Amino acid sequence: MKFTDVILQTSTKILVFIILTFSIYVMFAGHNNPGGGFIGGLITASALILLYIAFDVKTVHEIIPIDFKLIGAAGVLISLLTGIGSLALGYPFLSQAFAYRDLPLFGKTELATAVIFDLGVYMAVVGTTMTIILSIGEDE
Amino acid sequence: MNVNAIIEILIAVMVLAGTVLSLLSSLGFIRLPDVYTRAHAATKSVTLGILFILLGTFLYFWFVHGLISIRLLLGIVFVFLTAPVAGHLIIRSAYRSGVKLSDTSVKDELREDLKKATQLEKYHSREG
Repeated sequence: MKFTDVILQTSTKILVFIILTFSIYVMFAGHNNPGGGFIGGLITASALILLYIAFDVKTVHEIIPIDFKLIGAAGVLISLLTGIGSLALGYPFLSQAFAYRDLPLFGKTELATAVIFDLGVYMAVVGTTMTIILSIGEDE
Repeated sequence: MNVNAIIEILIAVMVLAGTVLSLLSSLGFIRLPDVYTRAHAATKSVTLGILFILLGTFLYFWFVHGLISIRLLLGIVFVFLTAPVAGHLIIRSAYRSGVKLSDTSVKDELREDLKKATQLEKYHSREG
């Protein structure tokens, strides 16, 4: 018997947006507040898992046609490239820099290379978690 | 009495009301006879209690520290949306797995509807 629950599916449609917004907020707040790439990635993965619980695996694959193994690999690659980038500029491996710039919408903003490293961590966590959950869930 | 004192009293009353509601809910969880009435106690009053506590915290940070915490507002909306859905899912899975109602209950309208639905499904699968 196919599992369809209108209440769960309707509330999931609203909740996923709240959870994804909060995960992005947590990821960018990680420099000065509690948060960071790891917990942001876990929150994003939990939003995706909520989608997978409320709808079919096949339906969600049609909505989000992403191979999560590639996401994880790309995250590790980005984190590695930030380290290599500091090497290329003549500093020790994984050195970090920051600067204050005037952006059009945000005003004076602190831009740090640590955010790119955090983005890599975020993608690696999302990819790993979703790969684990999906490879367990698809086993029949 | 100035405005700050009134607001602090309001915050204290809100947090206390929230904790009392949570306590009442846990008492109902012990006292009530079957899973359906227990979930009724566990989802409704605990949700309201947590809403009161979060609202009191929000007002405290707003008026005492001058900080508007969007996370607390988002948490209020989130708990308000998720707790009833979680209760609904628990109750639904309990009913579908055949948990009995307590002896004092007199009416079970869902059983007839479920029986009709399964008959309809059987009929359609035979046709198709």
